[in-house]
Amino acid sequence: MELLCPAGNLASMKAAFNAGADAVYLGLKNDTNARSFAGLNFNEQQLAKAIVLAKKQNKKIFLTLNTFPKPGEESRWYQAVDIAADLGLDALIVADLSLLDYAASKHKHLPLHLSVQASATNLAALQFYKENFNIERAVLPRVLSMKQVKDLAKVSPVDLEVFAFGSLCIMAEGRCHLSSYVTGQSPNTGGSCSPAQHVRWQDDGDDKLTRLNEVLIERSSKDQHLGYPVVCKGRYLSEHTHEPQHLLESPTSLNTLSLLPELAQAGIRSLKIEGRQRSPAYVAQVAKVWREAIDSYLRSPEQFVSQASWDQALAKVSEGQITTLGVYARQWQ
Amino acid sequence: MKISLAPIHYCWSKADTEHFYNQVAQSKVDTVYLGETVCSRRRELKFKDYLAIAHQLSDAGKNVVLSTMALIEAQSELTELKRYVDNGQWQIEANDMAGVQLASQAKLGFVCGPTINNYNRASLELLHKQGMTRFVMPYELSKAWLDNVMTPKPAFEVEVFGFGHIPLAHSARCFTAKHFNLNKDNCQTICQQHPKGLLVQTQDNQPLLRLNGIQTQSARCINLLSELDDMKQMGIDYWRLSARSIDDLVIAEQAFEQLAAPAISKADELQSHELGINQNTQLDCNGYWFGQAGMTSQTS
Repeated sequence: MELLCPAGNLASMKAAFNAGADAVYLGLKNDTNARSFAGLNFNEQQLAKAIVLAKKQNKKIFLTLNTFPKPGEESRWYQAVDIAADLGLDALIVADLSLLDYAASKHKHLPLHLSVQASATNLAALQFYKENFNIERAVLPRVLSMKQVKDLAKVSPVDLEVFAFGSLCIMAEGRCHLSSYVTGQSPNTGGSCSPAQHVRWQDDGDDKLTRLNEVLIERSSKDQHLGYPVVCKGRYLSEHTHEPQHLLESPTSLNTLSLLPELAQAGIRSLKIEGRQRSPAYVAQVAKVWREAIDSYLRSPEQFVSQASWDQALAKVSEGQITTLGVYARQWQ
Repeated sequence: MKISLAPIHYCWSKADTEHFYNQVAQSKVDTVYLGETVCSRRRELKFKDYLAIAHQLSDAGKNVVLSTMALIEAQSELTELKRYVDNGQWQIEANDMAGVQLASQAKLGFVCGPTINNYNRASLELLHKQGMTRFVMPYELSKAWLDNVMTPKPAFEVEVFGFGHIPLAHSARCFTAKHFNLNKDNCQTICQQHPKGLLVQTQDNQPLLRLNGIQTQSARCINLLSELDDMKQMGIDYWRLSARSIDDLVIAEQAFEQLAAPAISKADELQSHELGINQNTQLDCNGYWFGQAGMTSQTS
């Protein structure tokens, strides 16, 4: 089982490897990836340096090309594929059909992972991508229960990667337009979910207002722990309740430590940690806990028990300091 | 350009659904997309019920396309999808790549629905090779994007979502059930009691979303009636109406009349707005078409 960590920059990558990550995923400094926040990501020189460092430690690097090329601007995305092939990256994480086609036909030896943004949640969809582009692995969107993950793993023609820890995206990834509906920038085309320039916090007496492109998505007390503001985790009024509620989801993080044995037995190839926009300290903390947990499981699968100290350490770096099994637990749905 | 009718996004009773399609049979709609696309727990109408309606609409001269689910998670849902693909008479609208795969395996033509990620011409050409005869532009894309993608003119048809609440996202979680302290496995099909979805407003009372089971829609309603002439000139083949209720079939009549009439000038159009032809503008939006945030409203 691979521990796959996020690397927003070189410092995060080093932190991840030092803490025991087997691989990292990262993106280029442009709109070819869906985390195009200022100050994040890698230019070509930094990427080359990262590869040297990773190879020395026998670790892997996957390049995230998880946005969809815009008409007339496709060349930037094709170049990114060529860069990855030329630098000898370990895999490309891709969602767009034309990019998969380009990579599969031009760079036959470059392994392809299907990005979560492609939103493949079932056998037929996985078969489509395997038969047409020979993908090796697919990242599952956070919409399947643990039972559905197990059922799919039994028949999947490709390796599966699941989200193990991090901010909880509750919509089928790659097919959510909540952020673009409010801000005009789409994660699919190179923006990000709740782009930072559209977020505004404002004091109002004892309250704090959170606005996204001037739309009020939260009114909270000043001492309340808040996650990064996204539309799906705001508090709103429904037609017939006048108390503000988290009508979709509250600010929580996904933590599947307790599911580790089930994920391992299902044959899940890779455990993905979310958070390329988070600090090297976050990456180090999360990777350390998960390394310990995976090693503990592998040493004696039968005796595995999730440690309270692990959960406590992870809760500290979680949104709202709350964690959930989220979609994996049928009850949550 | 022709008028098409989106599949019903809400959970209506069997009687209401049948009544609706009786009216559709007599409407100016050319093409009808039919079927449950949101949640497989909605079982008011079964496969055979949809086929009966499809026959009725075909007999009335409508082109029928069987729409399939947007989010397919379980093997049972794939089995149901295969029944739709193998219906032997009508094309399907694939709203998940599973639909593309099964139709392509069966060597059947299909319509690529708006929830499949199509963001460039090369991807569309790939799908065309797999059997795609028509694609519905993803909701968040714009006129400028479409202009670019339609040059040179493609061999497949193009459809644009012109009216209705925008399906913005799909989740495993049923938000309607959650709101009533139910979980999905025991949802009591509570969404049937909300035939237009449930309005969600911000804490300063701005309408933002509509909860429709596992689907989250825009509170505002896309209204691209005023863009019909432009769309016709662009060579768009279908203008899609998503009805919020049976009353919205009047929008199809308006669109049909507008298409049949000689192109009106922008000044005339403004006047027709003032006369109240385009009612409910306060909750309309068209931002996506103009490359803006979807919820905004622009004047062309």
